[in-house]
Amino acid sequence: MAAPTTGRVAPLTWRVARLVERRIETPTAQTLLLDVPGWPGHLPGQHVDLRLTAPDGYQAARSYSLAGPADGERIEVTVQRVPDGEVSPYLVDTWTEGDPVEVRGPVGGWFVWRTDETAPVLLVAGGSGVVPLMAMVRARRAAGSRTPFRLIYSARTPDDVIYADELRRRARDDQGLDVAYVYTRQAPDGWRGEPHRIGLADVNSHGWPPDLEPLCYVCGPTGFVETVADLLVGLGHPTRRVRTERFGPTG
Amino acid sequence: MGIVSPGFQGRPRSSAPDLPPGQYLTEDFPVLSAGPTPRVPTDTWEFVLTTETGAEHRWSWAELMNLPQDTPTVDLHCVTRWSKLGTTWQGVSLDTLFDAVDTDARYALAHSYGGYTTNLPLDDLRGGRAWVVHTYDGGPLPAEHGGPARLLVPHLYLWKSAKWVRGIRLLVDDRPGFWETAGYHDYGDPWREQRYQGD
Ligand SMILES: Cc1cc2nc3c(=O)[nH]c(=O)nc-3n(C[C@H](O)[C@H](O)[C@H](O)COP(=O)(O)OP(=O)(O)OC[C@H]3O[C@@H](n4cnc5c(N)ncnc54)[C@H](O)[C@@H]3O)c2cc1C
Repeated sequence: MAAPTTGRVAPLTWRVARLVERRIETPTAQTLLLDVPGWPGHLPGQHVDLRLTAPDGYQAARSYSLAGPADGERIEVTVQRVPDGEVSPYLVDTWTEGDPVEVRGPVGGWFVWRTDETAPVLLVAGGSGVVPLMAMVRARRAAGSRTPFRLIYSARTPDDVIYADELRRRARDDQGLDVAYVYTRQAPDGWRGEPHRIGLADVNSHGWPPDLEPLCYVCGPTGFVETVADLLVGLGHPTRRVRTERFGPTG
Repeated sequence: MGIVSPGFQGRPRSSAPDLPPGQYLTEDFPVLSAGPTPRVPTDTWEFVLTTETGAEHRWSWAELMNLPQDTPTVDLHCVTRWSKLGTTWQGVSLDTLFDAVDTDARYALAHSYGGYTTNLPLDDLRGGRAWVVHTYDGGPLPAEHGGPARLLVPHLYLWKSAKWVRGIRLLVDDRPGFWETAGYHDYGDPWREQRYQGD
Protein backbone atom coordinates (compact mmCIF):
# COMPACT_ATOMS: atom_id res chain seq x y z
CA MET A 1 0.00 0.00 0.00
CA ALA A 2 1.70 3.16 -1.15
CA ALA A 3 0.81 6.38 0.59
CA PRO A 4 -1.73 8.47 -1.28
CA THR A 5 -0.10 11.19 -3.30
CA THR A 6 -2.42 14.02 -2.39
CA GLY A 7 0.05 15.50 0.10
CA ARG A 8 -1.13 17.72 2.91
CA VAL A 9 -4.61 18.94 2.16
CA ALA A 10 -6.26 22.17 3.16
CA PRO A 11 -8.52 22.11 6.21
CA LEU A 12 -12.02 20.98 5.35
CA THR A 13 -14.76 23.42 6.13
CA TRP A 14 -18.50 22.89 6.33
CA ARG A 15 -20.28 24.54 3.43
CA VAL A 16 -23.97 25.10 2.93
CA ALA A 17 -25.43 23.01 0.13
CA ARG A 18 -28.85 23.34 -1.39
CA LEU A 19 -30.80 20.72 -3.23
CA VAL A 20 -31.18 21.60 -6.90
CA GLU A 21 -32.79 18.51 -8.31
CA ARG A 22 -33.50 14.88 -7.46
CA ARG A 23 -33.58 11.89 -9.78
CA ILE A 24 -35.34 8.67 -8.87
CA GLU A 25 -32.95 5.79 -9.52
CA THR A 26 -34.74 2.83 -7.96
CA PRO A 27 -37.67 2.49 -5.53
CA THR A 28 -35.17 3.08 -2.68
CA ALA A 29 -32.36 5.15 -4.19
CA GLN A 30 -32.23 8.71 -5.43
CA THR A 31 -29.58 10.90 -6.93
CA LEU A 32 -29.44 14.33 -5.33
CA LEU A 33 -27.88 17.23 -7.18
CA LEU A 34 -26.51 19.84 -4.83
CA ASP A 35 -25.27 23.33 -5.32
CA VAL A 36 -22.25 23.99 -3.09
CA PRO A 37 -20.84 27.52 -3.39
CA GLY A 38 -17.06 27.41 -3.05
CA TRP A 39 -16.77 23.70 -3.82
CA PRO A 40 -13.04 23.04 -4.45
CA GLY A 41 -13.44 20.12 -6.87
CA HIS A 42 -12.74 16.43 -6.30
CA LEU A 43 -11.52 13.14 -7.73
CA PRO A 44 -13.76 10.21 -8.62
CA GLY A 45 -13.94 7.89 -5.61
CA GLN A 46 -13.89 10.62 -2.97
CA HIS A 47 -16.81 11.23 -0.65
CA VAL A 48 -18.45 14.01 1.32
CA ASP A 49 -19.85 14.19 4.81
CA LEU A 50 -23.40 15.54 4.95
CA ARG A 51 -24.53 17.05 8.24
CA LEU A 52 -28.07 17.71 9.38
CA THR A 53 -28.96 19.97 12.27
CA ALA A 54 -32.31 19.76 14.06
CA PRO A 55 -34.02 22.86 15.49
CA ASP A 56 -32.79 21.89 18.99
CA GLY A 57 -29.17 21.88 17.79
CA TYR A 58 -28.81 18.11 17.55
CA GLN A 59 -26.61 17.06 14.62
CA ALA A 60 -26.14 13.88 12.64
CA ALA A 61 -23.60 13.39 9.85
CA ARG A 62 -22.99 10.56 7.38
CA SER A 63 -20.64 9.93 4.48
CA TYR A 64 -21.81 9.77 0.85
CA SER A 65 -19.70 9.08 -2.20
CA LEU A 66 -19.58 11.64 -4.96
CA ALA A 67 -21.43 10.12 -7.90
CA GLY A 68 -20.01 12.22 -10.71
CA PRO A 69 -16.73 13.83 -11.71
CA ALA A 70 -16.01 17.42 -10.73
CA ASP A 71 -18.44 19.91 -12.29
CA GLY A 72 -17.92 23.39 -10.90
CA GLU A 73 -20.02 24.02 -7.80
CA ARG A 74 -22.44 21.24 -8.61
CA ILE A 75 -22.01 17.86 -6.92
CA GLU A 76 -24.19 14.80 -6.88
CA VAL A 77 -24.64 11.95 -4.45
CA THR A 78 -26.82 8.87 -4.71
CA VAL A 79 -28.47 7.88 -1.49
CA GLN A 80 -30.05 4.52 -0.72
CA ARG A 81 -32.82 4.76 1.86
CA VAL A 82 -31.90 2.55 4.82
CA PRO A 83 -35.08 1.44 6.63
CA ASP A 84 -35.26 3.16 10.03
CA GLY A 85 -32.08 5.04 9.23
CA GLU A 86 -31.57 8.45 10.75
CA VAL A 87 -30.10 10.42 7.84
CA SER A 88 -30.83 8.65 4.56
CA PRO A 89 -34.66 8.78 4.87
CA TYR A 90 -34.43 12.53 5.46
CA LEU A 91 -32.29 13.04 2.38
CA VAL A 92 -34.52 10.89 0.20
CA ASP A 93 -38.00 11.72 1.52
CA THR A 94 -37.94 15.06 3.35
CA TRP A 95 -35.21 17.26 1.95
CA THR A 96 -36.82 19.94 -0.22
CA GLU A 97 -35.34 22.01 -3.00
CA GLY A 98 -33.74 25.15 -1.61
CA ASP A 99 -33.37 23.78 1.94
CA PRO A 100 -29.84 23.85 3.38
CA VAL A 101 -27.74 20.87 4.40
CA GLU A 102 -24.10 21.16 5.40
CA VAL A 103 -21.44 19.47 3.30
CA ARG A 104 -17.79 18.87 3.94
CA GLY A 105 -15.27 17.46 1.56
CA PRO A 106 -13.94 16.08 -0.59
CA VAL A 107 -12.64 13.34 1.71
CA GLY A 108 -10.44 10.37 0.85
CA GLY A 109 -7.23 10.14 -1.12
CA TRP A 110 -6.77 6.41 -1.61
CA PHE A 111 -9.98 5.08 -3.10
CA VAL A 112 -9.65 7.33 -6.14
CA TRP A 113 -9.03 6.82 -9.81
CA ARG A 114 -7.09 9.39 -11.80
CA THR A 115 -7.93 9.77 -15.47
CA ASP A 116 -4.26 9.61 -16.48
CA GLU A 117 -3.95 6.05 -15.11
CA THR A 118 -3.60 3.50 -17.88
CA ALA A 119 -3.62 0.18 -16.01
CA PRO A 120 -6.81 -1.82 -16.63
CA VAL A 121 -9.44 -1.23 -13.98
CA LEU A 122 -11.76 -3.70 -12.29
CA LEU A 123 -14.70 -2.21 -10.42
CA VAL A 124 -16.74 -4.46 -8.15
CA ALA A 125 -19.89 -2.97 -6.65
CA GLY A 126 -22.36 -4.30 -4.11
CA GLY A 127 -25.64 -2.35 -3.96
CA SER A 128 -25.09 1.38 -3.46
CA GLY A 129 -21.35 0.65 -3.59
CA VAL A 130 -21.73 1.34 -7.30
CA VAL A 131 -21.84 5.09 -6.59
CA PRO A 132 -18.11 5.96 -6.38
CA LEU A 133 -17.38 3.42 -9.12
CA MET A 134 -19.88 5.14 -11.38
CA ALA A 135 -18.03 8.39 -10.74
CA MET A 136 -14.95 6.65 -12.15
CA VAL A 137 -16.86 5.33 -15.18
CA ARG A 138 -18.22 8.81 -15.86
CA ALA A 139 -14.84 10.46 -15.36
CA ARG A 140 -13.27 8.00 -17.80
CA ARG A 141 -15.80 8.94 -20.41
CA ALA A 142 -15.55 12.67 -19.74
CA ALA A 143 -11.76 12.57 -20.07
CA GLY A 144 -11.89 10.51 -23.25
CA SER A 145 -9.76 7.89 -21.50
CA ARG A 146 -9.31 4.54 -23.26
CA THR A 147 -8.22 2.69 -20.15
CA PRO A 148 -10.02 -0.67 -20.20
CA PHE A 149 -12.69 -0.88 -17.50
CA ARG A 150 -14.70 -3.83 -16.25
CA LEU A 151 -17.54 -3.39 -13.79
CA ILE A 152 -19.10 -6.27 -11.89
CA TYR A 153 -22.26 -5.07 -10.18
CA SER A 154 -24.09 -7.15 -7.62
CA ALA A 155 -27.70 -6.11 -6.97
CA ARG A 156 -30.63 -7.85 -5.30
CA THR A 157 -32.95 -7.72 -8.28
CA PRO A 158 -32.99 -5.93 -11.66
CA ASP A 159 -35.17 -3.23 -10.08
CA ASP A 160 -32.42 -2.48 -7.59
CA VAL A 161 -29.84 -1.64 -10.25
CA ILE A 162 -28.89 2.02 -9.80
CA TYR A 163 -28.06 3.93 -13.03
CA ALA A 164 -29.57 1.03 -15.01
CA ASP A 165 -30.30 2.98 -18.22
CA GLU A 166 -27.03 4.84 -18.23
CA LEU A 167 -25.07 1.66 -17.62
CA ARG A 168 -26.85 -0.05 -20.50
CA ARG A 169 -26.02 2.89 -22.75
CA ARG A 170 -22.42 3.14 -21.64
CA ALA A 171 -21.78 -0.58 -21.98
CA ARG A 172 -22.86 -0.11 -25.59
CA ASP A 173 -21.19 3.23 -26.39
CA ASP A 174 -18.15 3.61 -24.12
CA GLN A 175 -15.52 1.57 -25.89
CA GLY A 176 -13.51 -0.59 -23.55
CA LEU A 177 -16.13 -0.65 -20.80
CA ASP A 178 -17.67 -4.03 -19.93
CA VAL A 179 -20.48 -4.39 -17.43
CA ALA A 180 -21.51 -7.69 -15.84
CA TYR A 181 -24.25 -8.23 -13.27
CA VAL A 182 -24.75 -10.60 -10.39
CA TYR A 183 -28.23 -10.86 -8.85
CA THR A 184 -28.59 -12.11 -5.32
CA ARG A 185 -32.38 -12.54 -5.07
CA GLN A 186 -34.06 -12.41 -8.43
CA ALA A 187 -32.53 -12.43 -11.90
CA PRO A 188 -34.19 -10.90 -14.96
CA ASP A 189 -36.15 -13.08 -17.35
CA GLY A 190 -33.93 -14.87 -19.81
CA TRP A 191 -30.93 -14.52 -17.51
CA ARG A 192 -28.59 -17.44 -17.65
CA GLY A 193 -27.90 -18.76 -14.19
CA GLU A 194 -29.51 -18.59 -10.78
CA PRO A 195 -29.52 -15.71 -8.32
CA HIS A 196 -26.47 -16.04 -6.08
CA ARG A 197 -24.03 -14.08 -4.01
CA ILE A 198 -20.87 -13.06 -5.83
CA GLY A 199 -18.25 -15.79 -5.89
CA LEU A 200 -14.99 -16.88 -7.38
CA ALA A 201 -16.51 -17.75 -10.77
CA ASP A 202 -17.96 -14.25 -11.19
CA VAL A 203 -14.76 -12.48 -10.25
CA ASN A 204 -12.71 -14.88 -12.36
CA SER A 205 -14.77 -14.66 -15.53
CA HIS A 206 -15.61 -10.93 -15.43
CA GLY A 207 -12.41 -9.58 -13.89
CA TRP A 208 -8.86 -9.23 -15.20
CA PRO A 209 -6.11 -11.79 -14.76
CA PRO A 210 -3.52 -10.60 -12.23
CA ASP A 211 -0.69 -10.59 -14.78
CA LEU A 212 -2.33 -7.62 -16.52
CA GLU A 213 -1.72 -5.75 -13.26
CA PRO A 214 -5.15 -4.15 -13.01
CA LEU A 215 -6.19 -1.71 -10.33
CA CYS A 216 -9.15 -3.17 -8.46
CA TYR A 217 -11.74 -1.07 -6.63
CA VAL A 218 -14.27 -2.84 -4.44
CA CYS A 219 -17.13 -0.99 -2.77
CA GLY A 220 -20.25 -2.03 -0.91
CA PRO A 221 -21.41 -3.36 2.43
CA THR A 222 -18.66 -4.65 4.68
CA GLY A 223 -19.32 -8.37 4.17
CA PHE A 224 -19.43 -7.96 0.41
CA VAL A 225 -16.16 -6.05 0.31
CA GLU A 226 -14.49 -8.54 2.60
CA THR A 227 -15.57 -11.45 0.37
CA VAL A 228 -14.53 -9.86 -2.91
CA ALA A 229 -11.22 -8.52 -1.65
CA ASP A 230 -10.32 -11.97 -0.32
CA LEU A 231 -11.27 -13.55 -3.67
CA LEU A 232 -9.08 -11.09 -5.56
CA VAL A 233 -6.12 -11.70 -3.31
CA GLY A 234 -6.73 -15.44 -3.62
CA LEU A 235 -6.61 -15.10 -7.40
CA GLY A 236 -3.18 -13.54 -7.09
CA HIS A 237 -3.84 -9.81 -7.17
CA PRO A 238 -1.29 -8.01 -4.98
CA THR A 239 -3.02 -6.46 -1.96
CA ARG A 240 -1.70 -3.00 -2.76
CA ARG A 241 -3.63 -3.07 -6.06
CA VAL A 242 -6.93 -3.89 -4.39
CA ARG A 243 -8.56 -0.77 -2.97
CA THR A 244 -11.67 -1.03 -0.88
CA GLU A 245 -14.38 1.21 0.48
CA ARG A 246 -16.70 -0.28 3.09
CA PHE A 247 -20.07 1.37 3.28
CA GLY A 248 -21.62 0.34 6.48
CA PRO A 249 -21.91 -1.66 9.61
CA THR A 250 -24.21 -4.26 8.14
CA GLY A 251 -24.09 -6.49 5.13
CA MET B 1 -24.78 25.18 16.09
CA GLY B 2 -24.99 24.47 12.39
CA ILE B 3 -27.54 25.55 9.82
CA VAL B 4 -30.91 23.99 10.63
CA SER B 5 -32.26 21.60 8.01
CA PRO B 6 -36.03 22.10 8.03
CA GLY B 7 -37.92 18.95 8.93
CA PHE B 8 -34.94 17.15 10.43
CA GLN B 9 -35.59 15.88 13.95
CA GLY B 10 -32.98 13.17 14.42
CA ARG B 11 -33.55 9.88 16.07
CA PRO B 12 -35.29 9.86 19.43
CA ARG B 13 -32.39 10.15 21.85
CA SER B 14 -33.82 9.90 25.35
CA SER B 15 -31.24 7.43 26.63
CA ALA B 16 -28.26 8.84 24.74
CA PRO B 17 -25.12 7.56 26.45
CA ASP B 18 -22.11 9.70 27.16
CA LEU B 19 -20.51 9.58 23.74
CA PRO B 20 -18.00 11.94 22.10
CA PRO B 21 -19.70 14.53 19.87
CA GLY B 22 -21.01 13.25 16.55
CA GLN B 23 -20.75 9.58 17.53
CA TYR B 24 -23.52 7.01 17.65
CA LEU B 25 -23.60 3.74 19.50
CA THR B 26 -23.21 0.41 17.74
CA GLU B 27 -23.41 -3.09 19.14
CA ASP B 28 -21.73 -4.95 16.28
CA PHE B 29 -18.11 -4.45 15.33
CA PRO B 30 -17.83 -2.74 11.94
CA VAL B 31 -14.76 -3.29 9.78
CA LEU B 32 -13.07 -0.39 8.04
CA SER B 33 -9.81 -0.55 6.21
CA ALA B 34 -8.28 0.56 2.95
CA GLY B 35 -7.68 -2.82 1.35
CA PRO B 36 -7.97 -6.56 1.72
CA THR B 37 -7.39 -8.14 5.10
CA PRO B 38 -3.77 -9.33 5.48
CA ARG B 39 -3.38 -12.84 6.91
CA VAL B 40 -0.25 -12.95 9.05
CA PRO B 41 0.75 -16.30 10.57
CA THR B 42 1.99 -16.04 14.15
CA ASP B 43 5.08 -18.16 13.46
CA THR B 44 6.49 -15.47 11.17
CA TRP B 45 4.92 -12.50 12.96
CA GLU B 46 7.25 -10.07 14.64
CA PHE B 47 7.05 -6.67 16.20
CA VAL B 48 9.93 -4.24 15.74
CA LEU B 49 10.53 -1.02 17.64
CA THR B 50 13.04 1.16 15.82
CA THR B 51 14.47 4.18 17.59
CA GLU B 52 15.45 7.47 15.98
CA THR B 53 19.06 6.25 15.88
CA GLY B 54 18.06 3.07 14.05
CA ALA B 55 18.43 0.73 17.03
CA GLU B 56 15.98 -2.16 16.67
CA HIS B 57 14.13 -4.04 19.38
CA ARG B 58 12.35 -7.18 18.15
CA TRP B 59 9.75 -9.49 19.64
CA SER B 60 8.56 -12.77 18.18
CA TRP B 61 5.03 -14.00 18.87
CA ALA B 62 6.29 -16.29 21.65
CA GLU B 63 8.29 -13.47 23.21
CA LEU B 64 5.26 -11.18 23.19
CA MET B 65 3.16 -13.85 24.86
CA ASN B 66 5.76 -14.27 27.58
CA LEU B 67 5.63 -10.62 28.59
CA PRO B 68 3.32 -9.46 31.39
CA GLN B 69 -0.23 -9.21 30.00
CA ASP B 70 -2.87 -6.53 30.57
CA THR B 71 -6.62 -6.92 30.10
CA PRO B 72 -7.95 -3.45 29.29
CA THR B 73 -11.69 -2.78 28.96
CA VAL B 74 -12.09 0.29 26.76
CA ASP B 75 -14.48 2.29 24.59
CA LEU B 76 -13.74 2.54 20.85
CA HIS B 77 -14.52 5.58 18.74
CA CYS B 78 -14.28 5.33 14.96
CA VAL B 79 -13.94 8.47 12.84
CA THR B 80 -16.81 7.14 10.69
CA ARG B 81 -18.96 7.96 13.74
CA TRP B 82 -19.68 4.68 15.45
CA SER B 83 -18.64 4.05 19.00
CA LYS B 84 -18.54 0.72 20.77
CA LEU B 85 -18.41 0.70 24.54
CA GLY B 86 -16.83 -1.67 27.01
CA THR B 87 -14.73 -3.81 24.69
CA THR B 88 -12.37 -6.24 26.40
CA TRP B 89 -8.88 -7.06 25.20
CA GLN B 90 -5.69 -8.76 26.23
CA GLY B 91 -2.21 -7.68 25.28
CA VAL B 92 1.04 -6.08 26.29
CA SER B 93 1.25 -2.50 27.47
CA LEU B 94 3.54 -0.38 25.33
CA ASP B 95 5.15 0.74 28.58
CA THR B 96 6.48 -2.81 28.88
CA LEU B 97 7.84 -2.73 25.34
CA PHE B 98 9.40 0.69 25.83
CA ASP B 99 11.08 -0.36 29.12
CA ALA B 100 14.31 -1.36 27.42
CA VAL B 101 14.24 1.40 24.81
CA ASP B 102 16.43 4.46 25.07
CA THR B 103 14.98 7.36 23.09
CA ASP B 104 14.63 11.11 22.91
CA ALA B 105 12.07 10.95 20.09
CA ARG B 106 8.71 12.64 20.52
CA TYR B 107 6.80 11.04 17.67
CA ALA B 108 5.96 7.55 16.55
CA LEU B 109 4.89 6.10 13.22
CA ALA B 110 3.11 2.78 13.58
CA HIS B 111 3.26 0.51 10.56
CA SER B 112 1.36 -2.58 9.62
CA TYR B 113 1.64 -5.72 7.57
CA GLY B 114 0.08 -4.53 4.33
CA GLY B 115 1.84 -1.18 4.39
CA TYR B 116 -0.55 0.97 6.44
CA THR B 117 1.00 3.65 8.64
CA THR B 118 -0.32 6.11 11.22
CA ASN B 119 1.42 8.74 13.34
CA LEU B 120 1.04 9.51 17.05
CA PRO B 121 2.92 11.52 19.64
CA LEU B 122 5.09 9.09 21.59
CA ASP B 123 3.58 10.30 24.87
CA ASP B 124 0.22 8.93 23.76
CA LEU B 125 1.70 5.45 23.52
CA ARG B 126 3.02 5.56 27.09
CA GLY B 127 1.56 5.98 30.54
CA GLY B 128 -0.74 2.95 30.42
CA ARG B 129 -2.79 4.23 27.50
CA ALA B 130 -1.71 1.95 24.64
CA TRP B 131 -1.23 -1.76 24.02
CA VAL B 132 -0.32 -4.34 21.43
CA VAL B 133 -3.35 -6.61 21.74
CA HIS B 134 -3.87 -10.16 20.45
CA THR B 135 -7.10 -11.19 22.17
CA TYR B 136 -10.54 -9.66 21.77
CA ASP B 137 -13.59 -10.61 23.83
CA GLY B 138 -11.84 -13.70 25.17
CA GLY B 139 -10.71 -15.14 21.83
CA PRO B 140 -7.90 -14.70 19.33
CA LEU B 141 -8.21 -11.37 17.51
CA PRO B 142 -9.86 -12.10 14.11
CA ALA B 143 -7.87 -11.04 11.05
CA GLU B 144 -10.52 -8.54 9.91
CA HIS B 145 -10.10 -6.69 13.20
CA GLY B 146 -6.34 -6.64 12.87
CA GLY B 147 -5.29 -10.07 14.11
CA PRO B 148 -3.01 -11.62 14.99
CA ALA B 149 -2.12 -8.36 16.77
CA ARG B 150 -3.05 -4.71 16.57
CA LEU B 151 -2.27 -1.52 18.32
CA LEU B 152 -4.92 -0.32 20.76
CA VAL B 153 -4.93 3.41 21.59
CA PRO B 154 -8.52 3.89 22.70
CA HIS B 155 -8.29 7.57 23.64
CA LEU B 156 -7.77 8.42 19.93
CA TYR B 157 -9.96 7.65 16.91
CA LEU B 158 -9.66 4.03 15.95
CA TRP B 159 -7.58 4.51 12.80
CA LYS B 160 -4.66 5.29 15.16
CA SER B 161 -5.01 1.75 16.56
CA ALA B 162 -3.17 0.26 13.60
CA LYS B 163 -4.41 -3.20 12.66
CA TRP B 164 -1.93 -5.99 11.77
CA VAL B 165 0.69 -3.94 13.55
CA ARG B 166 4.25 -4.84 12.63
CA GLY B 167 6.28 -2.15 14.28
CA ILE B 168 6.74 1.35 15.52
CA ARG B 169 9.36 3.76 14.28
CA LEU B 170 10.35 6.55 16.64
CA LEU B 171 10.86 9.94 15.04
CA VAL B 172 12.29 13.27 16.11
CA ASP B 173 9.90 15.08 13.73
CA ASP B 174 6.25 14.28 13.19
CA ARG B 175 5.47 12.65 9.87
CA PRO B 176 1.90 11.95 8.70
CA GLY B 177 0.85 8.36 8.03
CA PHE B 178 -1.50 6.85 5.49
CA TRP B 179 -4.87 8.38 6.45
CA GLU B 180 -3.27 11.55 7.70
CA THR B 181 -1.74 12.15 4.27
CA ALA B 182 -5.21 11.61 2.83
CA GLY B 183 -6.63 14.44 4.93
CA TYR B 184 -7.34 12.94 8.33
CA HIS B 185 -6.19 14.68 11.48
CA ASP B 186 -2.67 14.25 12.84
CA TYR B 187 -3.85 13.67 16.42
CA GLY B 188 -7.45 12.47 16.26
CA ASP B 189 -8.99 13.20 19.67
CA PRO B 190 -12.64 12.01 19.51
CA TRP B 191 -13.71 14.35 22.31
CA ARG B 192 -12.52 17.33 20.29
CA GLU B 193 -13.85 15.87 17.02
CA GLN B 194 -10.45 16.00 15.35
CA ARG B 195 -11.52 14.12 12.25
CA TYR B 196 -9.81 15.92 9.41
CA GLN B 197 -6.79 18.16 9.01
CA GLY B 198 -7.60 21.55 10.46
CA ASP B 199 -10.24 20.36 12.96
C1 LIG C 1 -17.05 6.35 2.80
C2 LIG C 1 -18.53 6.05 2.77
C3 LIG C 1 -19.27 6.32 1.63
C4 LIG C 1 -20.64 6.06 1.58
N1 LIG C 1 -21.32 6.32 0.43
C5 LIG C 1 -22.64 6.06 0.37
C6 LIG C 1 -23.38 6.31 -0.84
O1 LIG C 1 -22.82 6.76 -1.87
N2 LIG C 1 -24.71 6.04 -0.86
C7 LIG C 1 -25.35 5.53 0.25
O2 LIG C 1 -26.57 5.32 0.18
N3 LIG C 1 -24.68 5.27 1.40
C8 LIG C 1 -23.34 5.53 1.49
N4 LIG C 1 -22.66 5.29 2.66
C9 LIG C 1 -23.42 4.85 3.84
C10 LIG C 1 -23.99 6.08 4.58
O3 LIG C 1 -22.92 6.83 5.13
C11 LIG C 1 -24.93 5.74 5.75
O4 LIG C 1 -24.34 4.78 6.55
C12 LIG C 1 -26.27 5.25 5.28
O5 LIG C 1 -26.91 6.22 4.46
C13 LIG C 1 -27.18 4.95 6.48
O6 LIG C 1 -27.33 6.11 7.27
P1 LIG C 1 -28.69 6.36 8.10
O7 LIG C 1 -28.45 7.51 8.99
O8 LIG C 1 -29.85 6.43 7.17
O9 LIG C 1 -28.85 5.02 8.92
P2 LIG C 1 -28.39 4.81 10.44
O10 LIG C 1 -29.31 5.55 11.32
O11 LIG C 1 -26.94 5.08 10.53
O12 LIG C 1 -28.60 3.25 10.58
C14 LIG C 1 -29.90 2.64 10.66
C15 LIG C 1 -29.79 1.15 10.59
O13 LIG C 1 -29.25 0.75 9.32
C16 LIG C 1 -28.03 0.07 9.47
N5 LIG C 1 -27.16 0.63 8.45
C17 LIG C 1 -26.38 1.73 8.54
N6 LIG C 1 -25.73 1.96 7.38
C18 LIG C 1 -26.10 0.98 6.53
C19 LIG C 1 -25.78 0.67 5.19
N7 LIG C 1 -24.92 1.41 4.46
N8 LIG C 1 -26.37 -0.42 4.62
C20 LIG C 1 -27.21 -1.18 5.33
N9 LIG C 1 -27.56 -0.93 6.60
C21 LIG C 1 -27.01 0.13 7.21
C22 LIG C 1 -27.54 0.36 10.85
O14 LIG C 1 -26.80 -0.70 11.39
C23 LIG C 1 -28.86 0.56 11.60
O15 LIG C 1 -29.39 -0.67 12.00
C24 LIG C 1 -21.29 5.52 2.71
C25 LIG C 1 -20.55 5.24 3.86
C26 LIG C 1 -19.18 5.49 3.90
C27 LIG C 1 -18.41 5.17 5.16
